[in-house]
Amino acid sequence: MTGDPAVRCTGLRQQFGDTVAVDGLDLEVRPGEVFGLLGPNGAGKTTTIRMITTLLPAPPGAIEIFGVDVARRRSAVRRMLGYVPQQLSADGTLSGRENVALFARLFDVPRRERTAQVDAVLDAVDLLDVADKQVKTYSGGMVRRLELAQALVSAPRVLVLDEPTVGLDPVARDGVWERITAIREATGMTVLVTTHAMQEADTECDRIALMHRGRIRALGTPAELRGAIGPDATLDDVFRHHTGDTLADRSGGLRDVRAARRTAGRLG
Amino acid sequence: MSVLPVAPPAASAEDPGPLGILATAVRRVATMCLVELQRLRHDRSELITRAVQPALWLIVFGQVFTRIHAIPTGDTPYLDYLAPGILAQSALFIAIFYGIQIIWERDAGVLSKLLVTPTPRIALVTAKAFAAGVRAVAQAVVVLLLALVLGVSLSANPLQWLGVVAALLLGSAFFCCLSITIAGLVLSRDRLMGIGQAITMPLFFASNALYPVELMPGWLQVVNHVNPLSYEVEALRGLLIGTPARLWLDFGVLVLAAAAMITIASSLLPRLVRG
Repeated sequence: MTGDPAVRCTGLRQQFGDTVAVDGLDLEVRPGEVFGLLGPNGAGKTTTIRMITTLLPAPPGAIEIFGVDVARRRSAVRRMLGYVPQQLSADGTLSGRENVALFARLFDVPRRERTAQVDAVLDAVDLLDVADKQVKTYSGGMVRRLELAQALVSAPRVLVLDEPTVGLDPVARDGVWERITAIREATGMTVLVTTHAMQEADTECDRIALMHRGRIRALGTPAELRGAIGPDATLDDVFRHHTGDTLADRSGGLRDVRAARRTAGRLG
Repeated sequence: MSVLPVAPPAASAEDPGPLGILATAVRRVATMCLVELQRLRHDRSELITRAVQPALWLIVFGQVFTRIHAIPTGDTPYLDYLAPGILAQSALFIAIFYGIQIIWERDAGVLSKLLVTPTPRIALVTAKAFAAGVRAVAQAVVVLLLALVLGVSLSANPLQWLGVVAALLLGSAFFCCLSITIAGLVLSRDRLMGIGQAITMPLFFASNALYPVELMPGWLQVVNHVNPLSYEVEALRGLLIGTPARLWLDFGVLVLAAAAMITIASSLLPRLVRG
């Protein structure tokens, strides 16, 4: 398994009725990198993420996490993953510590290590001081950091973040990325992130794949992608170049819009 | 920053076999029950608000019908006869709307997050089912205290109380999974709320919760015999006030019904996540 990519997708395909959401996607994410999956709504990013995280079925051999086949060994794959969905998913009734401890139990973190591990990840996201307060008293940025702690408590090898900063103000957004960067440096884990925020992708991702209509249209470092378009090009230009700018293409599904609005609503 | 846990170099864990799934299910049930108790500790008001309806049934309906002797229950006072039925009803009302929580969890991304943990679907549904039972048991404590205040003669045998807890857990697990199953079919909170309201009262009235089976018309007796709530009520009544009960049959039906419904609800979970 040494030398295996963190994530490898080979000819990945997913179809809902007549709609092809992912259309023969080939992708390799290197161990230890921050890899951004970009694209307009409906490009197939979330479907890809859901297949990688075992939420949607994948055919045997189509996805491997550090060489382990997602279709054949789902449980082993899940033990290597930490997942933060787009929505704010922490339980507001419980305290921050209880939220993290729940996931420590669900990942079978041994009892003798559990308390220390929960405290360590809460400390890593700067929430140790407020760990015993109910999450409904937290700000949106704090909830996002708490969700990072939930995903990290099992010491995952791959952290999967679906639009982690949607709806956050710039300060909270920077706070989330500062923690992700620090944690990645401390642990060497791989980060796979989907985002719509081009500036964020430009500054935070080591490499980017730009998806459109279920396929990867461009792949490389932010500098390589910008350079391929022109000397003064931004990632916004790269995005427009590869996806076109027709309204129909960008409208996304009702479900995507609802999910984004719900998240923004909960963040206030 | 504290020292963060670092992942082991390679995934060595094999996917669990049937025994592994069973062991995982037991651990997940304990985890989800603990979380349910933590939620109750943070917000006890729900225990009070949910006690209003059973209190009305016992205080108003129970006391009035005890006085008018309209329902023949032999030597057992009607209020005593009614109390286990209301206990089961209150557990039913908690469990039957659990599917709404599942849909909320889906919309909030919680369900996705839970499904990305190394928890087999069936273990997750089992855990949810028994977490509903824990909430029902907590509610039962309030209802039983009220019944004691109203003068209902309840058993003092701790073994029988354990049986009461088991019956409530199994009954709630069945109705919780029925609710998750409906959620997996209709996929929306509004529709589930409508269906939940449409089936709870028929389930209640087509059971032995309010009156003896012998008083029912023939067709209702048939429905009563396939209604798991009736077996739950019969067990509760036998354990709490000592009326004749076929406890082996009652618990057998409850175990089988809960197992079947957990299996069905688990099979619909992927549809719920996709929906």
